[in-house]
Amino acid sequence: MIETFQNLFLGFSIALQPGVLLYAVVGCVVGTLVGMMPGLGPLAGISLLLPITFGLNPTVAIVLLAGIYYGAMYGGSTTSILMRLPGEAASVMTCIDGYAMTKKGRGGAALAIAAIGSFVGGTLSLVALMLIAPPLADFALRFGPPEYTALLMLGLLVLAYMSGGSMAKTLAMATLGLLLGTVGIDTMTGFLRFQYGIIDLGDGLGVVPVVVGLFGISEILLTMGGASTATVRKPTLAEMLPTRTEMRESVGPIGRGSVLGFIIGIIPGSAHIVSSFASYAIERRVAKRPEEFGQGAVAGVAGPETANNSAACGAFVPMLALGVPSGPIPAVMLAALMVHGVSPGPLLIEQQPGLFWGFIASMYVGNVVLLILNLPLIGVFLWLLRIPFPYLYPLILVFCLLGVYAVNQSVVDVWIMVAVRGCRGHRDAESGAADLPPARLAPSHGVGDEQRRLGRPMRPFGPVRISFPRTGPLFLP
Amino acid sequence: MTDANPDPGPTSPGFWRTDRISGAVLLGLAVAIAWETRVLPLGTFGHPGPGAMPMALAFLLGLCATMVIVGGGDAPPLRAIRWQEGGHAAGILGSAAFAALALETLGYRLTILAILVFLLGVMERRSPVAVALASFGISFGTYFVFADLLKVVLPTGPWGL
Repeated sequence: MIETFQNLFLGFSIALQPGVLLYAVVGCVVGTLVGMMPGLGPLAGISLLLPITFGLNPTVAIVLLAGIYYGAMYGGSTTSILMRLPGEAASVMTCIDGYAMTKKGRGGAALAIAAIGSFVGGTLSLVALMLIAPPLADFALRFGPPEYTALLMLGLLVLAYMSGGSMAKTLAMATLGLLLGTVGIDTMTGFLRFQYGIIDLGDGLGVVPVVVGLFGISEILLTMGGASTATVRKPTLAEMLPTRTEMRESVGPIGRGSVLGFIIGIIPGSAHIVSSFASYAIERRVAKRPEEFGQGAVAGVAGPETANNSAACGAFVPMLALGVPSGPIPAVMLAALMVHGVSPGPLLIEQQPGLFWGFIASMYVGNVVLLILNLPLIGVFLWLLRIPFPYLYPLILVFCLLGVYAVNQSVVDVWIMVAVRGCRGHRDAESGAADLPPARLAPSHGVGDEQRRLGRPMRPFGPVRISFPRTGPLFLP
Repeated sequence: MTDANPDPGPTSPGFWRTDRISGAVLLGLAVAIAWETRVLPLGTFGHPGPGAMPMALAFLLGLCATMVIVGGGDAPPLRAIRWQEGGHAAGILGSAAFAALALETLGYRLTILAILVFLLGVMERRSPVAVALASFGISFGTYFVFADLLKVVLPTGPWGL
């Protein structure tokens, strides 16, 4: 425990350096804006803004990207509560009671409760991340290729199971993602797979062009149909103070949301989305007056908002400790770290303690920054919603192109983005439903690509023999 | 009077429903991947070659695709899908394809300028002044922020633009 606090002290000494602190604040502000803008979720936001980090050192880069991630979690709640317009998917549940509170004149209090819940959930989740990740990484150091492959397969199966909808479609997308990850050189044998003479494909299909193709451009098309400039009623600062009753009613949901969010965050899947839905369902079940849900129940705002922020931190546990992305957002963060020459996994904490603990400390700092920034600056953030969409979407497209090209300075990546978007088709954009869930493709492609580079997964069968489980590294005394 | 554009629900007849078409495309893809994998050594079960994993995954994809086709009877028919934003989608994808073609010959600023003029002026029919301001502002502004300030390598074209 003492060692943990010493490491945390090291982390704070890095996170509180003016340069790192500045980027944490920038990340939080940008993330809040990204979360508020309908059509730009945290995934697209991180992918599009990845090039910003190229000139930075890895610690600052991950601090900035993490700031965008949990900033987006905060920002999504603002438009949900004030306009019944979820900035990103995890805020859908907040719309119901948050907007009902706004109609009753308690929108400011709903925003404050959402911000406090997000702060508490994020902070408690961080404590758990700090305590769980290092021992988990120590344990994972004993993993060999078979254990890793088994873990990854388990992760993808849980992802398919947790996602809901058709298992066949989800598994098909996960398999397709793994197949995309096999493109490029097989590091074990040196064979080039599916390269067709295109030199850039030798290094595989990058995670960023695939993710931007799947989500970035799609978000423009999804938003296009219903986009309009919104009218927003800005709450005053005085209206933002919750009453004593509202505070008392939010304590239980915030506590339950913190625990639930963290647990769901560790499990593969779109954790921040699932957690907010699960939290809402639980709060409604345990409520003394469930009929108030939908009419402006405080618990309907506090629970889901706490849970989605807690899940956002929980998702970092498998990513940092095991190098296994638990969903599309950690997959992009993983790719971002690899762009900076950092391989997340069991050795990260041992070999780069400054990066790991600086990242943890910056998240504490980021949570405080978001709490301070969000409430007084709400009017400034809402200004962004007045930009007409015909001007906004070309700007998003420019960021898509910029983000994809800048990773490798390769137009092949731009073509990959176009091809992925083209193959996904126009169907889900028009129907508003992802018939073949693309969110299942992204993490499995990230896994496949990372494992191909490390030469691990293409040996999934390992040295097959009857005694295999007892002779792997994990099982040796 | 009959409805000129009836809403074809899931009960309308016909085999080719959206899920079945998606499943068929995936099945075709699985077959194509398996065919392409034939040039790679498969190895043995104990020592799999570079073709083993793609082949195994192609088999699994084919299996899942077949399940999607079999279970796709309740999906809506293809004609139930609306195509209202088809023009925008074509314009956006066309712009992205143009960027892939032009980025390294025209350079970042001219390519983005051309795309923005097309999207704002031609597709969105904004006023020429607004188009000019937004196009120049975004193309040159983003270049300044990313290339000059943040040192991201972006291509330049004729006249160093």
